[in-house]
Amino acid sequence: MTAACLDANGVNLLRELAPQVLGAVIRRFRDFSTAEDAVQEALLAAALQWPKDGVPDNPRGWLIQVAARRMTDHLRTELARRRREAVVLLQTPPDEQMAPPPDFEIGADHDDTLILLFMCCHPALTRPSAIALTLRAVGGLTTAEIANAFLVPETTMAQRISRAKQRIKSSGVPFRMPSDDERAERLDAVLHVLYLLFNEGYASSVGPALQRSDLSNEAIRLARAVHNVLPNDAEVTGLLALMLLTDARRAARTGPNSELIPLTEQDRTLWDQRAISEGVGLVTSALSRGAVGTYQLQAAIAAVHDEAARAEETDWPQILALYGLLKRMSDNPMVTLNHAIAVAMVNGPPAGLSLLEALDADERLAGHHRLDAVRAHLLEMAGDHEGAVAGYLRAAARTTSIPERNYLTTKAARLANDGRSG
Amino acid sequence: MKYMLMMHAPRAGWTNAGIGTWPPGDIKAHINFMMGFNKELQEAGELVGAEGLAGPEAALVVRAGKNGAPEVTDGPFAEAKEFLAGYWIVDCENQERAYAIAARVSAAPGKGGVPLNMPIEVREVMSAPPVEL
Repeated sequence: MTAACLDANGVNLLRELAPQVLGAVIRRFRDFSTAEDAVQEALLAAALQWPKDGVPDNPRGWLIQVAARRMTDHLRTELARRRREAVVLLQTPPDEQMAPPPDFEIGADHDDTLILLFMCCHPALTRPSAIALTLRAVGGLTTAEIANAFLVPETTMAQRISRAKQRIKSSGVPFRMPSDDERAERLDAVLHVLYLLFNEGYASSVGPALQRSDLSNEAIRLARAVHNVLPNDAEVTGLLALMLLTDARRAARTGPNSELIPLTEQDRTLWDQRAISEGVGLVTSALSRGAVGTYQLQAAIAAVHDEAARAEETDWPQILALYGLLKRMSDNPMVTLNHAIAVAMVNGPPAGLSLLEALDADERLAGHHRLDAVRAHLLEMAGDHEGAVAGYLRAAARTTSIPERNYLTTKAARLANDGRSG
Repeated sequence: MKYMLMMHAPRAGWTNAGIGTWPPGDIKAHINFMMGFNKELQEAGELVGAEGLAGPEAALVVRAGKNGAPEVTDGPFAEAKEFLAGYWIVDCENQERAYAIAARVSAAPGKGGVPLNMPIEVREVMSAPPVEL
């Protein structure tokens, strides 16, 4: 007899429920690590029992109950062994001293996935730690998978995750939805972590390509989950749209040897039209609500690019207007750089180049390869090939991305070659 | 961000005043420091890898010879002022943190417990995701 297995639907269901169950158990017992073990055991029990007995009517309740039972067992063993009853009793409010009743369930208005995300993107954590913890606790990736994706040993990743949990524990922040005034700030952190996660995976050719693109998929999945809980938050919608509209170009963004292909040279028939139309729909609805934010604007810019069937048809005046808005909202020199490109596309390269001069004085960009790369690009547009070659080479020497260095070096070589033969 | 920290040791005095010439207690203190430091990096979730390399005497240089066969010659270290003694690869928050780790390693205890203040070359590993072009 072969053991029955969960089908793909069952696996997806478990994956979706895992963070909700973990959240519920942590809220009840306040112990991240033990709760994680208990939830893992509950998931394992489900994977063994459901194929035989069928998926229960309330799978989430089932999992929470099994995990809570395990948790109670763990705690009992712990208590007996350490004889710490008295101390724990003193620390535990009376209503929490009982094992959870069988109907232990949370109202539908409580979304523990979101609370768990809020916790993982805690201000006491560094961004890399928050990303790792989010992938582990909310994404349900194994430590080995996360370590693999970030090319660090599993033991190192395990330490990073366990330190993050400890830091949250010692920060004393209770497991509950942050208050209204904290909430906006926390949501910003959550969105930023998801955004970084997406970028980590997006078309990067560092490391095993498959694992890296999984990170982007995971970021999209989590952004979708947040969007489901907060469908009226325009920035959440904007971020999901930005991810979809960027990810839609994935297949066209790199060549057979992982070389980067710039937007203007991509085979646009490879773009994922379904993702584009979903993204355009999302960003349109978000912008119509009036609370314009930076993710929505970036999504809108991505949408304008995605809607051009050919690079020459790109609506640059609209992109320029959007960058103008973005520049007013965010003091990020990268935005100013991209704004300069849009200016060059609409008003000609000299106008863009003169904007770059202002950036030379910006400390945050001093010596940054993107400034050199953009200047080289605009010089090339202006016909100054010698200046462009020098700029591309300076940028190539400074970038810390291998695909980008390859691209810039090749670009410089081609241009220099054209100059000699022409 | 990943960084490679390369520990360079002076070639001159390697044989005459190298670690092999220290009192046993000082050698032990040095080794304990290195082991403890690696453990600390690992517990911080920052250690990607670390290795100490065999002495420069055994270093050889290989070039592809005829038909790609290895052509082996003596190492380049006879004349060099410094040689690579070991390296760390760390994955840390930012450049400042990489510098701080390098400074700790640099101050590993030497003879008589005096900090060695070895030069540590810090190089960023090419691991950034590329930007949109």
